[in-house]
Amino acid sequence: MSSRISPKEVAHVAMLARLSLTDEEAELYASQLSSVLDHASDIESLDIHDLEVTAHPLGLTNRTRMDIVVAGLSQREALSQAPDEAQGMFSVPPVLGEPS
Amino acid sequence: MTTMSAYEIAESVRDQKVTATSVIERSISNANALNPKLNAFLAIDREGALEAAERIDSIIAKGGSPGRLAGVPIALKDNMCKVGLPTTCGSKILEGWNPPYDATVTKLLQSEGAIIVGKTNLDEFAMGSSTENSAFGPTLNPVDLTRVPGGSSGGSASSVAAGIVPIALGSDTGGSIRQPASLCGVVGVKPTYGRVSRYGLVAFASSLDQIGPFTSSVMDSAITLEVISGFDPKDSTSYDQEVGSLSAQRGLSIEGLRVGIVTEFIDGSDPEVVGALRDAAEGLARLGAEVVEISIPETKLGLSAYYLIAPAEASSNLARFDGVRFGLRVEGSNIEETNVLTRTKGFGAEVKRRIMLGTYALSSGYYDAYYAKAQQVRTLIKSGFEQAYQRVDVLISPVSPTTAFKIGERSLDPLAMYLSDVCTIPSNLAGHPAMSVPYALDSQGLPIGVQVLAPALREDLMFRLAFALEESASGVPTLDPSIKEAIIHG
Repeated sequence: MSSRISPKEVAHVAMLARLSLTDEEAELYASQLSSVLDHASDIESLDIHDLEVTAHPLGLTNRTRMDIVVAGLSQREALSQAPDEAQGMFSVPPVLGEPS
Repeated sequence: MTTMSAYEIAESVRDQKVTATSVIERSISNANALNPKLNAFLAIDREGALEAAERIDSIIAKGGSPGRLAGVPIALKDNMCKVGLPTTCGSKILEGWNPPYDATVTKLLQSEGAIIVGKTNLDEFAMGSSTENSAFGPTLNPVDLTRVPGGSSGGSASSVAAGIVPIALGSDTGGSIRQPASLCGVVGVKPTYGRVSRYGLVAFASSLDQIGPFTSSVMDSAITLEVISGFDPKDSTSYDQEVGSLSAQRGLSIEGLRVGIVTEFIDGSDPEVVGALRDAAEGLARLGAEVVEISIPETKLGLSAYYLIAPAEASSNLARFDGVRFGLRVEGSNIEETNVLTRTKGFGAEVKRRIMLGTYALSSGYYDAYYAKAQQVRTLIKSGFEQAYQRVDVLISPVSPTTAFKIGERSLDPLAMYLSDVCTIPSNLAGHPAMSVPYALDSQGLPIGVQVLAPALREDLMFRLAFALEESASGVPTLDPSIKEAIIHG
């Protein structure tokens, strides 16, 4: 079994992605992600550094609309699905402070 | 198929041979009767659909024009928004979310008189090839209830194949319309990237996602695509060139049309799948097409590039699910802990796997080796197709290397599941249109589709060939006996 990515690296990536994993999950994901990255070795070895990247298949870029005001969601609509709100705003637990 | 086509329904409703209300009643009754067996629907909207049907019937009674899809029941994959119905994306993290706006496709369908009867099951956030990754349980294949319908749009494929609705919409990021269409024996179309507005489609991989129809006939797909295509100021990736008349392609000669069989997609496909493709090629040759075999070696790199690009874009798109503005919140002592608890509880295993793969591929030190490299490979694949299209007009290939596999057969091995998409992924990377046309049955009676691929914006050619294929197709799948028994006939 290849180990392109270790359980320790998986745990670090999970932290970056705001996910929490058990040790068993980190082990399992390390082996599964390694096999996908192994498969990707066919493109790793290609020497194509001069080639343009394709981001939009039809090559459309920087499309802007006319600067005309149109109605968006009302404050009420935007807040209608909020888990918690206060004074017309999204309410969240403390941003600063000690984690428990 | 047990229902009339969408085309026939709309005509009958307009001519007042049937009422929209009676059409919708029957569709809803079938959805309710079959859903306990198929789990194809996550929501069935009896009240809303009947209200809409009454509006259509009253427009007709007053002599008004109700639209091209008057009274036609339609199901939406549950990653597209419609006001009044929840959108879950098959995920616990969005359970109970009621979108405050309609997707552009929802509005376009309704403006032609179509009626949304429900939302269909999918792999969570459209990540999967079997619809087993839904947080609300797997959808089953109506042809054989021990098998998957394919995915990720498995609920849409299953509901059309079972005859509950004549049209369902899906989304295709790496094959999520075409592969389930092939496995369930219905038509499924992925248009050119940008043909159809994605406003109101919950994003998975934004440079690949495209909405398209599932139908039981090529004509119904042509009509649906004509209705939902077009530029939308709300989606700056949408394309402002008219799609033209696709339905007018029916019956046009394919004499002299140059058709290429993609060698790379045959290698690795089951013999029965390849056999069906060869039969299809012979049928096309008899109609005067010039069929050749053509190699596009760059397409072999598709799977690797896709499983770096799609997770990378997904990891970015799914960052918005943080428990702040909508959906699930699991409260922690501070905001960061809340983010982590919410995401850990709300996302399933496959979504977490892809978020991590994508975060890794985008992380410092790996970006150039993985994500940037994969975007360069896209350029290679695109130019591989472009070279092929100098020699032929359209391409054909298998859709899926196998017919429908058993529930649970691949769910423990992510890479084996990813290999289901090897023939469909290259079209997404190139942005080209491709569709699945049901063609034959394997020795177990399971459907086999043929994929038709065309250059960017050439849906017209793709449909011309698809209409010809449909003419020579052999074998309509028999539905599972318990499904057949439960169907309520109108």
